[in-house]
Amino acid sequence: MVDISEFQNIDIAIIGGGNAALCAAMTAAEHGAKVCILESAPKPFRGGNSRHTRNFRCMHQTPLGPLEGQYLADEYFDDLMKVTDGKTDESLARMTIEESEACFSWLRARGVHFQKALSGTLSLSRTNAFFMGGGKSLVNAFYRYSEAAGVRVLYNANVQTLDLDGQSVRSVSFKYENETHVIKPKAVIVAAGGFQSNIEWLEEAWGSGARNFIIRGTKYNRGRVLKNLLDQGVNQTGDPTQCHAIAVDGRAPQFDGGIVTRLDCVPFSVVVNKKAKRFYDEGEDVWPKRYAIWGRLIAEQPDQEAVSIIDSQAYELFLPSVFPPEKAHTIGELADKLGMPKQKLEKTIADFNAACGDLSGFHPTELDGVRTTGLTPAKTNWARPIEKPPFYAYSLKTGITFTYLGLKVDRNAQCSNAIGPIENLWAAGETMAGSILGQGYLAGFGMTIGTVFGRIAGAEAANYAR
Amino acid sequence: MRGELIEEARRQATICNACRYCESYCSVFPALHEQRSLADMDIVQLANLCHNCRGCYYACQYTTPHEFNINLPNALAEVRRDSWEEFAWPTPLARAFHRKAWPSILVIMIGFTLIFGIAKLFGDLSGNDFYQVLSHSLMISIFLPAFVFPFIALSLSLRRYWKSVGGKPIKAKDIIATFRQVATMKDLAAGHGQGCNFEDEDKFSQARRYAHQAIMYGFLLCFASTTSGTILHYVFDIPAPYPLFSIPKLLGVPGGILMVLGCAYMIVLKKRSNPNIGDPGAWNGDLAFIALLGLVAFTGLALWVGANTALTAWLLIIHLATVFALFISAPYSKMAHGFYRLMALIRDAQRID
Repeated sequence: MVDISEFQNIDIAIIGGGNAALCAAMTAAEHGAKVCILESAPKPFRGGNSRHTRNFRCMHQTPLGPLEGQYLADEYFDDLMKVTDGKTDESLARMTIEESEACFSWLRARGVHFQKALSGTLSLSRTNAFFMGGGKSLVNAFYRYSEAAGVRVLYNANVQTLDLDGQSVRSVSFKYENETHVIKPKAVIVAAGGFQSNIEWLEEAWGSGARNFIIRGTKYNRGRVLKNLLDQGVNQTGDPTQCHAIAVDGRAPQFDGGIVTRLDCVPFSVVVNKKAKRFYDEGEDVWPKRYAIWGRLIAEQPDQEAVSIIDSQAYELFLPSVFPPEKAHTIGELADKLGMPKQKLEKTIADFNAACGDLSGFHPTELDGVRTTGLTPAKTNWARPIEKPPFYAYSLKTGITFTYLGLKVDRNAQCSNAIGPIENLWAAGETMAGSILGQGYLAGFGMTIGTVFGRIAGAEAANYAR
Repeated sequence: MRGELIEEARRQATICNACRYCESYCSVFPALHEQRSLADMDIVQLANLCHNCRGCYYACQYTTPHEFNINLPNALAEVRRDSWEEFAWPTPLARAFHRKAWPSILVIMIGFTLIFGIAKLFGDLSGNDFYQVLSHSLMISIFLPAFVFPFIALSLSLRRYWKSVGGKPIKAKDIIATFRQVATMKDLAAGHGQGCNFEDEDKFSQARRYAHQAIMYGFLLCFASTTSGTILHYVFDIPAPYPLFSIPKLLGVPGGILMVLGCAYMIVLKKRSNPNIGDPGAWNGDLAFIALLGLVAFTGLALWVGANTALTAWLLIIHLATVFALFISAPYSKMAHGFYRLMALIRDAQRID
């Protein structure tokens, strides 16, 4: 049984319980502050989306732990600019990149272990430092470290409102075991993620189609605190329609499916919507560079659904999936199993097959230029006829990782309103990631933002509380 | 093999194969990730590679209450025990020893009755030199079959295992690679070398690894001690008892102490651990086995301390009864696990090769 009165004389209240929150908590505690974490999830689901992560993107000038070679700031920044189409806050992005190198040993000193890039992720072995056991083991290590450093942790604590009075947060009220409690910390750090688990809010931006979205991460990121602060005039950043959305297996659970619901078959397949119609070039680029656009593409299809169809030749070319595909010996039989218009699907596949040309250059792991001719949309790589039974079909849906609409922060992770900075309010992690990224996403950058801004927020808040 | 156990392990392993976050914890995951689909005997091999270090359990984002209900250490532990039971002959005997405590107790009592009876009939219970209580040739006539029978039974079981998992002819380098792993118990150290998760949830600790090493090295020292005694007896005609500064004692005394401490510590740790992440069905059987192993060492040390006293006969009979129980039950008890592990690691070395 937790004694809530212990939370009354706390210096810093941290809202959220993932990587950014914990980095802030550890830093603040190391600076001598009395810190509490208010985590809305129960203990088994603690850690927000961090529990589903696997690495963080790390700049390094020489080989660092499992990271090979070097990954310098300019290359890192260029990679970021490519995926965000230039919609990046350069000053904050460069600062984050510069700070990422020091994060590696900082994390290691707090119990995080690293491992080599996982089999099947070799393209990330130079840029991304993988956590041994994944993000949940990082979260576990941080909770252990935090509690040893005196941080008080309350699970199932649902923060309802922050009482903002002018340029200062006066109090924080939260629900715990059906009772509302009000605490008056000297400083508050919001690290409670995006609002992607709040389907009603998603619907405001995406329309009713949002009900068909899969939320890849925690169901506890409901954006309650974010909304409360925005309603009180705290500065906002980002576009409500911007989020990290990928193509996931249509049979994934609605929440918390995490990494295993991804499907890597698209480049070797023909993707059709419910009406058995193709809608985009499946072979535009290698999958790690394209999976994040497919979430949006599918969201635009009828009922936000699509199906990826391969034949037996392609079955071994991608990482195995959790859910077994539909299997049939003819395209017609497959259409029946999928409940799709049979003749239309047969025609789509036949048209595709007829548009395929010379296959001699087919190469599954590089852009092979094996393309269709006279087909719209074209398939510009790995275009090989779907002809050798059995045929397989994987259903696809839009999977949301996180949203970008959030709190605008400055280089000190501090929040502000129209008048100026709010003297005792900081934010870190996904809830402020929109301050750096306008759109798009670079693998492992979310954890880098969370770590860097968590540390800054923790230090700033501790200095303020002193 | 029980299909439903394998099916459940396969369901979970399929999720692991799509995730791969645990790749460098132990030997299981690289082997698991190498295949797209897992045949029944692949699952059995993975199960025997798993040392129940629990690193993957606490790191897993899909453990209960998540709807994927992942508990791979448990699923593999149940397949593993089932495989030991199935490979053993007769299977019901293995089931009893693995699942219950009473067979171990019963077999000690049988050993006691047997040895006491023989000593009473042919020896001198008031003697304070132990060959007076039970002559060397009588001991041999009890323990030769009590050693040879389990040896044969276990060898046959391991052969069946080896064939089932598709083992190839064993090369020296497979054995070297395996012994290197076993010597350090690498699979209980996790990829980072900080140990396993056992007695305090997700905390990494060397406690279980060190306890297990104490038991293993203690047992090997005791076994070497007995072997050296046999050689001294037959080759050099130097019968027991041996002085403190003799090979059997220099091996046996530290060995016995290591085993007693290791077993006691292992029981303490096990009691602090969560049984549901291991094989809850084997809880009693496992505890009884560890206790028996500790008892063998403890009574051996007691016999040394109490030699040439009025208690000699009783200490000897009790010690020999525990040794008898340990050997005779070896093909059916947790004792077999070390040998299966060895075979699984050799098989894995062949895979990597």
